[in-house]
Amino acid sequence: MTTSLFLVQLINGLQYGLLLFLIASGLTLVFGVMGILNLAHGSMYMVGAYLAWYFVEHTGSFGVSAIISAIIALLIGIFVERTLIRQLYRRNHLDQVLLTIGMIFVFNALQGILWGNDPLGVSVPESLAGAIPLTDVLEYPVYRIFVALLCIGIAAVMYFMINKTRLGMLIRAGESNREMVECLGIDIRKLYTIVFAIGVMLAAVAGVAAAPMSSIVPGMGEHILITCFVVVVIGGMGSIKGAFVAALLVGLVDTFASVLVPQLSSMMIYILMAFILLLKPQGLFSS
Amino acid sequence: MFKSKTLRHAVVASLATLSLSSSVMASDEPIKVGMMLPFSGVYGALGDATRNGLKMALQEQASNLHGRKIEYIEIDTEARPERAPEIASSLLNNSEADFIIGPVHSGVAMGMLKVLRGQDTVMIVPNAGAGPVTGPLCSPNVFRTSFSSWQPSYPMGHVALEKGYKKVVTMSWNYGMGKESLDAFEESFTAGGGEIVKKILVPFPKTEFQAYLSEIASINPDAVFVFFAGGGAVKFVKDYDALGLKGKIPLLGSGFLTEGTLEAQGESAEGILTTLHYADSLDNELNTQFRSAYKQQFGKASDIYAVQGYDTGLMIASAVNQLGGDISNQNALIKALESTTVRSPRGDFTFSTAHNPVQNIYLRTVENGENKVVEIAAPALADPARGCKL
Repeated sequence: MTTSLFLVQLINGLQYGLLLFLIASGLTLVFGVMGILNLAHGSMYMVGAYLAWYFVEHTGSFGVSAIISAIIALLIGIFVERTLIRQLYRRNHLDQVLLTIGMIFVFNALQGILWGNDPLGVSVPESLAGAIPLTDVLEYPVYRIFVALLCIGIAAVMYFMINKTRLGMLIRAGESNREMVECLGIDIRKLYTIVFAIGVMLAAVAGVAAAPMSSIVPGMGEHILITCFVVVVIGGMGSIKGAFVAALLVGLVDTFASVLVPQLSSMMIYILMAFILLLKPQGLFSS
Repeated sequence: MFKSKTLRHAVVASLATLSLSSSVMASDEPIKVGMMLPFSGVYGALGDATRNGLKMALQEQASNLHGRKIEYIEIDTEARPERAPEIASSLLNNSEADFIIGPVHSGVAMGMLKVLRGQDTVMIVPNAGAGPVTGPLCSPNVFRTSFSSWQPSYPMGHVALEKGYKKVVTMSWNYGMGKESLDAFEESFTAGGGEIVKKILVPFPKTEFQAYLSEIASINPDAVFVFFAGGGAVKFVKDYDALGLKGKIPLLGSGFLTEGTLEAQGESAEGILTTLHYADSLDNELNTQFRSAYKQQFGKASDIYAVQGYDTGLMIASAVNQLGGDISNQNALIKALESTTVRSPRGDFTFSTAHNPVQNIYLRTVENGENKVVEIAAPALADPARGCKL
């Protein structure tokens, strides 16, 4: 591999990793704070992509579509938490898994009814349509760089929010001792609603961001969900910082494995996960 | 249930008084057509189109069925191969279907074959291209109205050579249809002196293509030949454009790269060359008629899957017509099916001894969001049916 190709693959890996972080961050946030294992997280990613497509078709503007989609996702999150997830806080993980698997089927069916089964596509917004030439043949699309920067931005905002704001303080407190937070007069239910809705919104925003560079198809959520779980497990369940490091690691390993050991590439991220769990059974940054 | 039985008895009784010929007796029982298609999930749209086409053909041909009614038994396979044997044996033994139409997915086809080969029913495959169906696993009672995976890709090797391409990278998902397509391309391309400089097999259903495309760019071949379909095809074509390969390295593909995906691919698909046994824009009277009738009946544009379903219906109708409505003798039925020339929107086709269509393969290019036919890449092409003993 030449140096230039190596650098290009490095960028590819980082960019993929950053997108993975955006999707996985919501999953790990919800698990860390609420102890809820949301298997329907991938469906939210799918919903985001479909909403982005739908509103681009109707408003013609990707920016407007992204904002509307994010708000709708937030509302879906509040609705689902208030009506369904709330019933499960005192139940075990198996019940949560049952409910959220059921939600996958419901969201898939709704997608089929509302938008059909044909693959859909969203074009890259005009203002971000250019590309930067890297080699004679290869270019790097501006939109992908934009998405990578967006992911870094969201990671920074999350870091600031959790470490520096009152909401973040409550989130951290809720993580370590739910009863104590309640005793101090904090409405933990409201906090949970907010956290769950943010988690859903993060997944949907990732779906929106991914829409112009992927195909919008039924089942897109399940596929990404598995990779997200690998990220969350490697990083340590519930750790945002862990998810960030793990996402980059998975992105890089997957990219380089595809090129260097193509026969093993589908297993490499799982081998990585097994290896890390051997050394650190709780993941890299377990709380 | 009770009502329809009474009605049926009444009809039989009145007919019996008129005449007692065997063909009239036969018309008592409806012809049972079982469908094993995916009506939900990733391939749901394909299953729907196939069913629509099939029913449309049998409706149009109603007058040629010698009074026989059609009873449909529709079962959703969800494109899950592990369910195929169970559904197939239920259609065979419980429903006693005369014809079993399916599937879309090659994995399901293998499961169906396990149960249906050599049985007292006729299986007609309206899509799945798996080579073995009309190759090593061919059987007198198994037909296909679509294509073998070899068929659409083989002619592209010649096309690439004619264009002067010498070094080509091939790429697909690492599964049956993909690998068979790449092999078929390679067969004709290397026989004519071309060289495959790299063959990339991506784990199915992975759609992170960026790393592979970066590698292709660094190899800089004369052209790239791929097999991808559905959502993967959309993603691949968009990535190919986004990373700047479009316009610098020509993209060739098996026709499924641009079937049912053009709207989602948009500008990125312009100029792609593909080979397939059909194109929506195919300029013949039958195709025009078919497309407008389909649109009118189902409110959406027809596609290749609808055509394949339609042709399956035509084939059944033709055999029933040839036999005067009596399909009880399986040998006679198979003979009738074998000798059928299907007047299809894709152009007339016949069946090879292995029961696969002998058909034209068209070279198409994407122009203004449509697959335009450039020429016939291979007229009346028959699959070599390697390993078939029929």
